[in-house]
Amino acid sequence: MLDRLLELTDALRGAGIPVAVSEEIDALNAIKHVEFVDKDGVRSALAATMIKSDSHRHAFDTLFELYFATGRGPASEPREDEDRPAEHDALRDELFDALVTGDVAALGDIARRAVANFGRLQNSPSGDWYSNYQVMRTLDIQSLLERFEPDPAASEIERRLQRDEFEARVRDFRRLSLAETRRRVAEQRGPAAVARYAVTPVIEDLPFLSATADMAELRKAIRPLARKLATRVAMKRRRSTRGALDIRRTVRHSMSTGGVPFDTEFRHRVPHRPELIVLCDISSSVARFARFSLMLTHALAAQFSRVRSFAFVDSIDEVTDFFDDEDFVAAVDRMNEEADVVSGDGHSDYGSVLESFWETYGNEIGPRATLLILGDARNNYRSRRTWALKALSKKARHTFWLNPEPIGDWDTGDSAASEYAAYVDRMVEVRTLRQLEDFIAREL
Amino acid sequence: MAEEFRFSGIDDVRTRLESVGYLADSSIATVVHLADRLGKPLLVEGPAGVGKTELAKAVAASSKLPLVRLQCYEGVDETKALYEWNYRKQLLRIQAGQGTSWDELSDDIFDEEFLLERPVLKALRSDDPVVLLIDEIDKLDFEAEALLLEVLSDWQITIPEMGTVEARVRPYVVLTSNNERELSEALKRRCLYLYLDYPDVEREKAIVLARVPELSETLAEQIVRLVRSIRELELKKAPSIAETLDWARTLLHLSITTIDPETLRQTMPVLLKYQTDITKATDHLDA
Repeated sequence: MLDRLLELTDALRGAGIPVAVSEEIDALNAIKHVEFVDKDGVRSALAATMIKSDSHRHAFDTLFELYFATGRGPASEPREDEDRPAEHDALRDELFDALVTGDVAALGDIARRAVANFGRLQNSPSGDWYSNYQVMRTLDIQSLLERFEPDPAASEIERRLQRDEFEARVRDFRRLSLAETRRRVAEQRGPAAVARYAVTPVIEDLPFLSATADMAELRKAIRPLARKLATRVAMKRRRSTRGALDIRRTVRHSMSTGGVPFDTEFRHRVPHRPELIVLCDISSSVARFARFSLMLTHALAAQFSRVRSFAFVDSIDEVTDFFDDEDFVAAVDRMNEEADVVSGDGHSDYGSVLESFWETYGNEIGPRATLLILGDARNNYRSRRTWALKALSKKARHTFWLNPEPIGDWDTGDSAASEYAAYVDRMVEVRTLRQLEDFIAREL
Repeated sequence: MAEEFRFSGIDDVRTRLESVGYLADSSIATVVHLADRLGKPLLVEGPAGVGKTELAKAVAASSKLPLVRLQCYEGVDETKALYEWNYRKQLLRIQAGQGTSWDELSDDIFDEEFLLERPVLKALRSDDPVVLLIDEIDKLDFEAEALLLEVLSDWQITIPEMGTVEARVRPYVVLTSNNERELSEALKRRCLYLYLDYPDVEREKAIVLARVPELSETLAEQIVRLVRSIRELELKKAPSIAETLDWARTLLHLSITTIDPETLRQTMPVLLKYQTDITKATDHLDA
């Protein structure tokens, strides 16, 4: 038990979850108070002592399954021979029935059999590997979704519910089957081998531009993040509003303590609320990053006296109005369709964009404005016109450039990063939600 | 400091919480039990309205202990959380004692008599065990969080003028957080962590039936299935258990036996609090 716990701790730390030594000791104390055979109890006990944030929970559950998975009885032997369509169909039908009735035990059982029978990768030289993708393809999950017909006699709402529930069960089955493939590989190669690839970084640390970043997950993360950030920014503002000692109020307050001024009162300073102007490259190479930055800045609109947004590819257009609606996801979609941002070939042209922005809106930038430029500064070898940026940042209070590329890639190829960086307050690498959060909390 | 356990085991936690109307799943029961056995504070996190505060109240009620509550908000400091000197009384004492020597007086005015108890000190000095609820700790300023560290790990408060006050009996401490900001590592390390999420359909149905017993079982089932489906959508604020219960009560008062699209449209504002969310949910369910 101790060994396995230590291995689990190692794996957790490897996945970037900080587990303190004192927490390890707590974990050991905690499992004394639950039954070893009660797997859920052990899981709860370890989670309560070692995991202190909800965003780590998913990684913990995955690793716990690997290190503490108990044997699940003899699995049917993998077949050596080729495809047997009839068998696939039989299992697919069985799965469909289980999905319709919502029989959890049956789903688990089918997942085990499906992985054993169809999950094994053929001809793998280094021993057995199992692939969830292959299982899903063999069972053709998509066709099951199409095959499902809600009860025609039921009311409309009921039919909708049945469809939702069916889809949720399909997602559950996918998870069960994925866990089973991992368990099988872990059985063959030890849990450490699986742990290395099975745990994806927490959503805040996923690079925007990476292919593995799940859009839906990212979108879900954005709202709680915006709320947290708004609290932080507001707190920072409020704390800095304490002004000079207010003698009149202090003396008046001291009346209740016989004229002895125990409590001091301070004047309030009017907080400075900057105006935010966001220039956003929405060309395909950085589109994801742009979406999230725009959503986040608009979610924080209350913290600024005004937020104006402009989108560009090779020409620039104001998109502030799209965000009047509270639904930012829809706003970004509409922006992509309706904003007038392409006049040439659809490749970014920072030079002409900065120039036309300066000509059209230059006069509207006041001394309270903070200019935020979002983009990778990849100019497709076009004219850079740094003078326009220089003029802009001279008028604005601050100018920041957020670049979604890793610092190492700046100035490679057609990137004009450092040439533009010379004319802004700071060019910051913002590859992940966490970096974006840090930047906003620190600078705005 | 006396050691005393409130619960005899995980099943005991479950049955006793249930007897006061709180339906705990196995992970809640396990962690509540562990907090009792290991004598560690319990940090409960989760979305609003899933029963975090309710859990503390249920623990107090089920073990028949008084609940001492510290409601956190921005600006709470040690004079509001731990203790405060009663300045007015001290001033009176000084004025009344004119003529006595300074040494006598200065010893005298920093005495227990002049100490005002705030929730945390009150919980520590209580002769009988209590449940201390520190509610919405994420509203506390980052600096103020550190005030609680000594209490949470060593069960004592150091008052500079007087010395250290140790707990007579260890209180059962529950901290709740809505996750509006990250809590400090130091605080988290001292606590057991429990994340309360929305319950599954069966448990939510049981909760609805326990809280609104007049409801028919079929309607309760329809309610929780609809709520589950709505929670899957991308909403600004997903409906919590509290809102599910409100909805159930609303439907009961309207004497509705089965939910049709019309009722749904009319009563949706009980469940969802943003117009965009309501539109999204009705669109989804109408389709």
